[in-house]
Amino acid sequence: MSSLAEKDRPIVQLLLNAGTCPRCVLRFCCVGSQMLYRQPHKDLMKDLQEFLKNSEEKEDTVCLAVADPPCKRIRLEPRQEGADDLNHNGAVPQLPSAGDGNIAVESSAGKVCNVCLGILQEFCEADFVKKVCQKVNSADYQFTSFVFSVSLPPQLSVRERAAWLGVKQQMRNLGLPLAKDDIIQLKEAYKWIIHPQLSEELGVPADGKSLFEVSVVFAHPETDEECHFLATACPDCFKPAKNKQSVFTRMAVIKALEKIKEEHFLKHFPCPPSSPKNLCDALEIQCNNGAVFVAGRYNKYSRNLPQTPWIIDGERKLESSVEELISEHLMAKFKADSFNFSSSGREDVDVRTLGNGRPFAIELVNPRRIRFSAEEMKRLQQAINDSSDKIQVRDLQLVTRSAIGRMKEGEEEKTKTYSALIWTDKAIQREDIAFLDDIKELKLDQKTPLRVLHRRPLAVRCRLIHTMKSEYIDEHHFRLHLKTQAGTYIKEFVHGDFGRTKPNIGSLLNRTADILELDVESVDVDWPPTLAD
Amino acid sequence: RICVITLAEAHPLLQSGKTIKNINYQISANCSRLQNKVSGKSKRLCLFIFQMQGAQFLTELAPLCRISSSDGEEYTIYSCIRGRLIEVNENILSNPALLQEKPSTEGYIAVVLPKFEESKSITQGLLTQKEYEEVLLKRRSSAS
Repeated sequence: MSSLAEKDRPIVQLLLNAGTCPRCVLRFCCVGSQMLYRQPHKDLMKDLQEFLKNSEEKEDTVCLAVADPPCKRIRLEPRQEGADDLNHNGAVPQLPSAGDGNIAVESSAGKVCNVCLGILQEFCEADFVKKVCQKVNSADYQFTSFVFSVSLPPQLSVRERAAWLGVKQQMRNLGLPLAKDDIIQLKEAYKWIIHPQLSEELGVPADGKSLFEVSVVFAHPETDEECHFLATACPDCFKPAKNKQSVFTRMAVIKALEKIKEEHFLKHFPCPPSSPKNLCDALEIQCNNGAVFVAGRYNKYSRNLPQTPWIIDGERKLESSVEELISEHLMAKFKADSFNFSSSGREDVDVRTLGNGRPFAIELVNPRRIRFSAEEMKRLQQAINDSSDKIQVRDLQLVTRSAIGRMKEGEEEKTKTYSALIWTDKAIQREDIAFLDDIKELKLDQKTPLRVLHRRPLAVRCRLIHTMKSEYIDEHHFRLHLKTQAGTYIKEFVHGDFGRTKPNIGSLLNRTADILELDVESVDVDWPPTLAD
Repeated sequence: RICVITLAEAHPLLQSGKTIKNINYQISANCSRLQNKVSGKSKRLCLFIFQMQGAQFLTELAPLCRISSSDGEEYTIYSCIRGRLIEVNENILSNPALLQEKPSTEGYIAVVLPKFEESKSITQGLLTQKEYEEVLLKRRSSAS
């Protein structure tokens, strides 16, 4: 257990005089014992008073905070090595008398701390904890741990620096050395105190890596303008940003505090800082769950269904979409705020997706429900499949964020197979198309198709048709099965796109060809893992 | 809406007997339609917009190319559409016969993308196939 030593005495005295709360005093004395901070405010104050009072007593008196053991929090050391307290001249440093200490206590008690503005005071109490937990419970989230994040007003950094400079000055005046120990950070101490209480109320542990975040934003409008003087010292730290309301953001203030010279700071800001009238306000208590990812494969049986909603000028051009038909059910079950749909490539509105289907992943943002068993996922899959005959899903499962990367990999690298129904202007016989079956690794040069030029840059892409298999139907029709490299435009390979895809079926057959129907037969990605039925 | 500029079916160059001698995309000393900067290798939207800004903007009377036939005639093909020039068909430079054999498909002249706001008014200013044929009929009857 840490304790206060003689060297801390002037610091404690100065800060208590200035209206600093006991916990902040401990922080500035680099007291690292978490337990201490959790003690009730009143007890800590009493102990500090005792500590100060005992400075006036004789060396050989064993100093205890208070007589009764339950209240004994700070184990104080008697003044053993008096020589250490002497300054270089050998004179005993003059410390304020015990009488002054009492005045400091009186002026400190009940006041809002001049450093933490109440964060380590009121906002550590059971009432606030209850308020937070009420908000969490009413939000009805499913979670197994939590991370508590706190947003502090920027002026706290200013006040922290001011208190430190005040201490530094005082020690210099007294001719005392000031060790460059690490002051305990406000946020850290706050979490030491509040985490166990939140944990107890919510029934789950605090975990820095938790996906469930409870966040509180604190503000102190009374002192908002305290940061403004920094703009004169470091104007380039405070450039007006477009989206932010105030230029004095936390980051900007911290940056300026790093740059500002001590003398300048001392000139423009009281060190230690003055006592505020009011506490901080806890503006918002919000809950957020990290996104969950659901993956699967979808089949599309409609030739009239876009993958994503087709809306132009606010008007929906076609009813529904693959993405909506799938995510509707997921959104409801997971109780999420929104979703992001991605898939391993896309097909046109009029193209069916057959075979094993196309891999997709849906990110569910801020879900209230996160735990689903394999059984429940199966039932969810069934519900989606029962709700529509335009699409079907399989292998529906929870996956990690890395899923998205795997899918995009599939989009860019993996082969696809297709079946195209082709029409020709001039008659064909079986022998006219038989040669197509023998062509392997056909190299295409495809300029960006005209039909997508309004939204894609003009470029030439080199793509491979790995294999083809033709099925003669009649003099003007045949079916072609092809296996192609990812990113190949099949329709353009058939009709040639004004000669901008070369070669094309038309040029190969020396006719004019057009595509009547296209189906995706397979998307050759072995992800997500196939689930047993 | 993307527009593909092609020779109209009544164009003299598409009448029998004409042979194309030369196709030139150099419009003036400083302007060549071949130097239209719209090439890029990225799918990113910001690069796409940048490319669009680099592309030459055409008005209705902007010349796309000049075509000379072996009988000494020279024809200027105009854009007829306001918009950004996306590409000119380089295939007809290497194979001028394409222009006459497949004027409406592989023998196209250029691709132009009108401004989004002007798209509708441009479409409305064009003739349908039927209306065009009526124009031709009238022309022929007044000529004879």
